[in-house]
Amino acid sequence: MITAQRSSSGSSHSPRSPSSQPYLSISVTDPVKLGNGVQAYISYRVITKTNFPEYQGPEKIVIRRYSDFVWLRDRLFEKYKGVFIPPLPEKSAVEKFRFSAEFIELRRQALDIFVNRIASHHELQQSEDLRTFLQADEETMERLRSQDTGIFKKKPADLMQIFKEVQTKVSDVVLGKEKPVEESNPEYEKLKNYIFELENHLSEAQKHAYRLVKRHRELGQSLSDFGKAVKLLGACEGDALGKAFSDLGAKSESLCVRLQKEAHQLLMNFEEPLKDYVRSVQSIKATIAERANAFRHQCELAETIKLKEINLDKLMLTRSEKVGEAELEYKELKAESEEATRRFENIVRVMNEEIVRFQDQKTLDMGIAFHEFAKGQARLANNIADAWRSLLPKLEACSP
Amino acid sequence: MMGSENQDIEEAHMHASRDEMENLVLDEPSNNNSNGTKSFSDYRSAMSSLADTYHPLSPPMTAPADSDPLLAPSSFRDLRNPNIATDNSSYIEPPSYSDVIFSPFDENAVNEVNGAGSPGRSSDSSVCFSRSPSSSSEYIKITVSNPQKEQETSNSLVPGGNAYVTYLITTRTSMPGLNGSEFSVRRRFKDVVTLSDRLAESYRGFFIPPRPDKSVVESQVMQKQEFVEQRRVALEKYLRRLAGHPVISKSDELRVFLQVQGKLPLPTSTDVASRMLDGAVKLPKQLFGESVAVAPHEVVQPAKGGRDLLRLFKELKQSVSNDWGGSKPPVVEEDKEFLEKKERMHDLEQQLSNASQQAESLVKAQQDMGETMGELGLAFIKLTKFENEEATLNSQRVRAADMKNVATAAVKASRFYRELNAQTVKHLDTFHEYLGLMLSVHGAFSDRSSALLTVQTLISDLSSLHSRAEKLETASSKIFGGDKSRIRKIEELKETIRATEDAKHVAIREYERIKENNRSELERLDRERRADFSNMLKGFVLNQVGYAEKIANVWAKVAEETSAYARESIV
Repeated sequence: MITAQRSSSGSSHSPRSPSSQPYLSISVTDPVKLGNGVQAYISYRVITKTNFPEYQGPEKIVIRRYSDFVWLRDRLFEKYKGVFIPPLPEKSAVEKFRFSAEFIELRRQALDIFVNRIASHHELQQSEDLRTFLQADEETMERLRSQDTGIFKKKPADLMQIFKEVQTKVSDVVLGKEKPVEESNPEYEKLKNYIFELENHLSEAQKHAYRLVKRHRELGQSLSDFGKAVKLLGACEGDALGKAFSDLGAKSESLCVRLQKEAHQLLMNFEEPLKDYVRSVQSIKATIAERANAFRHQCELAETIKLKEINLDKLMLTRSEKVGEAELEYKELKAESEEATRRFENIVRVMNEEIVRFQDQKTLDMGIAFHEFAKGQARLANNIADAWRSLLPKLEACSP
Repeated sequence: MMGSENQDIEEAHMHASRDEMENLVLDEPSNNNSNGTKSFSDYRSAMSSLADTYHPLSPPMTAPADSDPLLAPSSFRDLRNPNIATDNSSYIEPPSYSDVIFSPFDENAVNEVNGAGSPGRSSDSSVCFSRSPSSSSEYIKITVSNPQKEQETSNSLVPGGNAYVTYLITTRTSMPGLNGSEFSVRRRFKDVVTLSDRLAESYRGFFIPPRPDKSVVESQVMQKQEFVEQRRVALEKYLRRLAGHPVISKSDELRVFLQVQGKLPLPTSTDVASRMLDGAVKLPKQLFGESVAVAPHEVVQPAKGGRDLLRLFKELKQSVSNDWGGSKPPVVEEDKEFLEKKERMHDLEQQLSNASQQAESLVKAQQDMGETMGELGLAFIKLTKFENEEATLNSQRVRAADMKNVATAAVKASRFYRELNAQTVKHLDTFHEYLGLMLSVHGAFSDRSSALLTVQTLISDLSSLHSRAEKLETASSKIFGGDKSRIRKIEELKETIRATEDAKHVAIREYERIKENNRSELERLDRERRADFSNMLKGFVLNQVGYAEKIANVWAKVAEETSAYARESIV
């Protein structure tokens, strides 16, 4: 399975000697369509192999569906702020109805990559929610899944909204309108701009990659149709020329098969990684929004504390009975503020590590994707050259 | 780690390649130095107009001018020279793609005549199509250029006169009988129509290339310049086809057209209305007055285009009785071989039409592939530039370098696809050409059937004349001493019968002549078609092989450059 190695950089799994190196290896397999009509969904078999002590055993198999993965992603996002949570494939309400074999395979592959990335992330792999996801029985999972409302169910769209608000506030500051609620960290600004622009560029590349897949299919189809037409012409002509036409037509038709195959490969090994790249960048945007939240929270608390300090001083001067209460409140707030600051600083620290990890990971992922792409194109072109070349001696024979 | 100077060079290189890419991606004929791209986009639009106007199964009696396969300005294929074997028109690449040379299958490599150049180019695209420089080779090369507006001087109701366009027709030839080796005349489209009509009369039974449409609607709707250019290209193609026909190229009509300065000395065709008028004038005499037999010299032409209305009606009646009448006509098409061939032509036409359509789809698919590959390459170039500019980590620079390799390869592959396609268009155009030729075949077959109809009509005529004469003689013999008026009538009838017999003999000769023309033309068509298709197939396949190899090399290089990643993956 390709997926196992895609996220294997830094991974600690090694099936050879289970007792020596700690490993956590997951595979998402065996998609099965269940239910009818609008209620239809796909269930996947999730097989976990591990020697982590926190886990129940060396191997566990559970059945999961897409919304279970979403639950896991949301929990991780809440708990591990600052970490770039691996992205999930799109919800895609429309395609669900069609459930083509290709769609199912793409989704399975993406889900497999998702869990394995989590498993090979040094922080995320410790997650209790991950353990639940990989081991709990179906009923428990269903209960947990339906329980989840409110904060955990915040859609990326909401986060985007928050982020956009933050962005406008930034421009307001630049224009001198408001007090800054946004970090004034030039390096971080650069990073944010980078992420935003990167998404645009990647989306464009992915769009063209998708079209390229289509072009392969179309070329295949037209070669098939052309082949058929030429064969008929050959039947009409007869003699050596007719045979030449028939041979050409047959060859043309055979190339259709190769092109369809290559189109599929292109989709799986080139277009999908690009799409995955785009999703990853979008996930980073969500983390950026979280950081903005945390920063704002910290600032707000700092503001509140200032006011409370002033109030406390006032009370102390007036020797009010409320001093004790106020002092208590102040202490609590102080603790909260310190906590908020800690959390924010943690996010900053984690993000700095994550960026490095992300860039490394992407260089590897794209390197593999490029390699597969180039290999596939070379293979296709060679096949085409060989196929046509094999005709040349026959054509020579039929010349007048 | 990239130093700043390297980065500048890289950037300049990327800018250059991007500009180049944009020139390639945007299908601008003015930026492009290859003939191929322009001729494809012309071909494509022409192919779609072809689909609209061509009726492959038009009944044999309709005039060839109804449909116009000649509107396609795609580059003109090799001109068939009657004296040279036609196994030598394989295609090599034009020398501008210097990094690519793959040897053609055949040593006698040629470039084909490009008729689809932009205005003014055609006289320069002087790729000679004669392969061997041996003196025994005869060739005619015709170029149409330099359209100019001129005024009609007299006889115009509209003040200021009617404007029309003339074209400069330049001929280069080594054929005996044409004085000099290069000469030019100015002709207008009306002259071409005249030429075409005279040829149709003189060469019945031959596969005469159909002339370009009059395109009345198009001349109103299209931009003047565009229309004139389209017509110029069509005229050039038409004249070249005429020159490529072994018999017609030697015709007086063509020579006169190409050589005689000033007014074209061929009789012009009268329009239908005046012909009908003339015929109507004659008709009463024919019906009531002296029985005027069909003049033998008229018999060699079909009734339809003439002034003899009575003959027209008679032949119409004959054809109806052929189709619906109970009895078999006196002479029928008996040549089984011919009938088989006719059936085969019909079949062939259908398959050609189908193949032509699918060829168009194939060409479009190849075009799209090249375009999208190019756009992908461009997107990656932008990404590379972006990553390099924004890089804070080395992994980004590594990725940018990888991306650049892929981008460059994609751009190269895109260019190859487009070149491949330009050549493919030229090869597969052969289907298109032969489809157009089917019209001439229809024309020749209809010459034959109308000649047959004339013979049948005359024979029926004769038989009815004979029975009239018999009746008169019987009646007159009953009167003692003879019946002066009846005897006179019998004499006249006998005169008519003799003239009609003469006409019949002429008509039969003409029919036989046309049959022979049909036969020899069919043979020629089969021979040339086999050769041309065979060359087309070879050229097409060679082309595909060559470019597939090039594209494979480009990607193999990238696969090699990224092979480190393959080793890291555990499958």
